[in-house]
Amino acid sequence: MNVPGELKYTDSHEWIRTEPDGTLTIGITDHAQEALGDLVFIELPAVGRKLAAREASAVVESVKAASDVYAPVAGEVVAANNEVVETPEKVNADAYANWFYRLKPGNSADVGKLLDAVAYTKLISEA
Amino acid sequence: MLRQTPLHAVHRAAGAKMVDFGGWDMPVHYGSQIEEHHAVRRDAGMFDVSHMLPVDLHGAEARAFLRYALANDVDKLTVSGKALYSCMLRPDGGVIDDLIVYFLRDDWFRIVVNAATAEKDLAWLQSLAAKRAPALTLTPRRDLAMIAVQGPRARERVWQALPGSRAASEALKPFMAVEFGEYFIARTGYTGEDGFEVMLPATRAAEFWNALAAAGARPCGLGARDTLRLEAGMNLYGQDMTETENPLESGLAWTVDLKSPRDFVGKAALTAPAKRQLVGLLLLDKGGVLRGHQKIRTAAGEGEMTSGTFSPTLSQSIGLARVPIGVNPGDLVEVEIRDKLLAARVVKPPFARNGKSLVT
Repeated sequence: MNVPGELKYTDSHEWIRTEPDGTLTIGITDHAQEALGDLVFIELPAVGRKLAAREASAVVESVKAASDVYAPVAGEVVAANNEVVETPEKVNADAYANWFYRLKPGNSADVGKLLDAVAYTKLISEA
Repeated sequence: MLRQTPLHAVHRAAGAKMVDFGGWDMPVHYGSQIEEHHAVRRDAGMFDVSHMLPVDLHGAEARAFLRYALANDVDKLTVSGKALYSCMLRPDGGVIDDLIVYFLRDDWFRIVVNAATAEKDLAWLQSLAAKRAPALTLTPRRDLAMIAVQGPRARERVWQALPGSRAASEALKPFMAVEFGEYFIARTGYTGEDGFEVMLPATRAAEFWNALAAAGARPCGLGARDTLRLEAGMNLYGQDMTETENPLESGLAWTVDLKSPRDFVGKAALTAPAKRQLVGLLLLDKGGVLRGHQKIRTAAGEGEMTSGTFSPTLSQSIGLARVPIGVNPGDLVEVEIRDKLLAARVVKPPFARNGKSLVT
């Protein structure tokens, strides 16, 4: 299973990358896309929307199931990747290149509380 | 502990993603459900359906018994090998199960029932037989495996994988079956494509599966089986029909014989006109995917989705819904998906068959 070492993770299977400008890029993990199967629908939060930590922020639907994507930390949505809305299957092909949205965190220290790659790998190998 | 088919180890070795399906550990896909779906519409795919249960009925009373036990009339079966789709009903008209019945000889019929309902069906048939046909024997055939090979090139793959089978099965018409040594080959399926369903000794299942794969039949999981059957407008027991609805409310009036004077279990309950019906829906708005249990608003009242999915052939979401009588093909309805109301059009299934979309 592909779990890049430089990213942070949540136990609800989102990945988080901190950009040079301090914003957070968020997507779903390779493990999540594999568990969901072929993705056919993605809905992203509107730019400007303020999210609480763990708030349902996006929706992914595969041929077999629908699932929520949660905000890893509190913050404001500053960008949404419409490419994945147009072609959800790109997330199946590469879950880390095809991000969902960017968040400006309310408190950048919150990111430190997220799982690192080692902890996330342990989580999914135990599941 | 989940039950396993004779092909369980083969699926595991192929890297299948396994799920609990009615108590059975079954492959849902082997990588991509959508690619498996397309393989069946365009070429040939194969499904392990050994979780389903063949039951043999032996005895001189077999035909008379089935004429009473089933809602469709087995007297339509006059040629050996001919198959018929039917519901088995409760006295109140609720559907106990749907099944295929094969006529082999005057003293031998075979039915194939769903996995999750198999024990219930057997118990029901045995209690019915005790009263109506005490000399009849009912033999569950867990010694058999069943592989469905489906798609425009499915029959060729079977002929290639099973030497000698071509001569025995090439002339088979749809809904006909033939015995070929230890193999029982039926031109039936659950995908809306041509193909065979093959019953064979469980001990030979892995060998036949591997020969089919070598001949070019792509292993497909239950995920693709569901999107294929839904596109083909075929009901799934437990979702589109249950014990709480009768077949007339489940789009299955065509399988119920009310014309002949024959009495059958559930007949008396089917005289009242149906208040609800099963229709197809095509989602027009973007914003989600149709799924079972979503609420529907129509001009004639509320309804509910019974099955829904994303159709790989149509690249659009489709589903079956139970709605009030008075809703007609072409009508627009609204479906509640999360916090939105999305527009859908009522269509008459099937949505797709034989590789082609049938709705526009």
